[in-house]
Amino acid sequence: MEAAKFGLGVEINGLHFAYGSKTALDGVSLSIRPGRFTAILGPNGAGKSTLFSLLCGLIASREGSIRVLGVDLAKAPRDALAQMGIVFQQQTLDLDLSVAQNMAYFGALRGLSRKDCERRATICLERMGLEGREQEKARNLNGGHRRRLEIARALLCEPTLLLLDEPTVGLDVPSRTGLVEHVHQLCADSRLTVLWATHLVDEVWPNDDLVVLHQGRVRAAAAVEDVLDKTGCADVNAAFAALTAATKQASSADAATP
Amino acid sequence: MTTARLHYLICLKGVIWREGLRFVHQRERFIAALVRPLIWLLIFAAGFRSILGVSITPPYDTYITYETYIVPGLVAMIQLFNGMQSSLSLVYDREMGSMRVLLTTPLPRWFLLFCKLIAGTLVSLLQVYAFLAIAELVIVDLPPLGWFTLLPVLVASGLMLGALGMLLSSTIRQLENFAGIMNFVIFPMFFLSSALYPLWRMRESSEIIWQICVLNPFTYVVEAARYALYLKLNVEAVLVVALCAGVFFALAVVGYDAKKGMARRAPA
Repeated sequence: MEAAKFGLGVEINGLHFAYGSKTALDGVSLSIRPGRFTAILGPNGAGKSTLFSLLCGLIASREGSIRVLGVDLAKAPRDALAQMGIVFQQQTLDLDLSVAQNMAYFGALRGLSRKDCERRATICLERMGLEGREQEKARNLNGGHRRRLEIARALLCEPTLLLLDEPTVGLDVPSRTGLVEHVHQLCADSRLTVLWATHLVDEVWPNDDLVVLHQGRVRAAAAVEDVLDKTGCADVNAAFAALTAATKQASSADAATP
Repeated sequence: MTTARLHYLICLKGVIWREGLRFVHQRERFIAALVRPLIWLLIFAAGFRSILGVSITPPYDTYITYETYIVPGLVAMIQLFNGMQSSLSLVYDREMGSMRVLLTTPLPRWFLLFCKLIAGTLVSLLQVYAFLAIAELVIVDLPPLGWFTLLPVLVASGLMLGALGMLLSSTIRQLENFAGIMNFVIFPMFFLSSALYPLWRMRESSEIIWQICVLNPFTYVVEAARYALYLKLNVEAVLVVALCAGVFFALAVVGYDAKKGMARRAPA
């Protein structure tokens, strides 16, 4: 992908990360184009969550660099974080608190005054189809709506980059489809840069950018149609199977070599 | 006030507010925090008062009942449990993810942890004063002014025990492991201190155990509270509590450092 042509997105260079002796990411280099929906597709254990934890500064790597919207994450993590909205794979709501209270707590963490927070919360909740539910306890929302609330919360500070780590985990099919559509629409409407990690190929749309991550390495990184051209496959499912199977064969061949 | 400073303040208020709301919603936690020391005070102390004679020792000016003796120890116990429970909630939060929300806030990590610590300490104050009110009503007479002189000591000891819990939570990956640490931290700290018996009595039984009690920072929490409750200042105890609070918090910040501590472990 040609990031320079599109301005500042996310630039990752030579990123390595290991948990003890277990390598999670092995020389990951990527350019994420701004204003685009980029899906990071990989099977479980591919390193997606590790990459997300590194992107949002929860963990730090000693090798490689990450630039988020032009800001070096290692040098100015807070400037980078201020531009991000993050939806984690784990549920992160306070279930005993109301929708409005969850928004207010997050707004306080981000330094918003109560008035400003309430104003923005109204807009964000409406955007995610949760208007009128401010006083409901988060516990009473279904899985899909809880996820929407987390996205609304992530949008509260008007981020330029929205990170979502497998946000559809545990959702039923209609909720999952609805959420995927919603975020694609959000990206198209507001030119938000979206980074969406998933292991489900049907969450990737034809106009998206696609990164295939497998065994801690980038197998492909381009617009979906370019990935299809390159692999000679008719759809993302086949391309994903081809890219990950090729790796398995290569690994087997490596293992077989004396 | 600059926007940056305002952000710090709003964040601190937000974390305290959330902790307060969680406290209100977790009534069982509040009741447990009250019942535990009350059982010690009303049942254990009643049984032991005839066995354990307490001579006149500072800060007391006269002979006191055993119930009176153990009140400061029980106050410290409330804060010890609260500190450990706050860290339990940190482990729980981390497993459930809301700790991630806090730690990805664009403010220095030490400050975010400090906010958590302050919020936990304030909750412990509510628990302590509720206990003291019941104790005063039912069984012991406390100097009225002691309620006020106790406050700064409670803040320091709340910070110390909260920081200790935070330090422990930075080394624990899952909730299951935490139960073991509770047993290996709470009980030894409590029983190897002056909470339930004066140290001179312990020395009569065993010099080694007495030495351990003297080295136990929790002993100083108890003594600082005991003196403050009777309008006296135990400088040594207060200094040890303040020093331990600083050291434990510094180590907890290292434990939560993105490059070093718990964060580097593989996701469960």
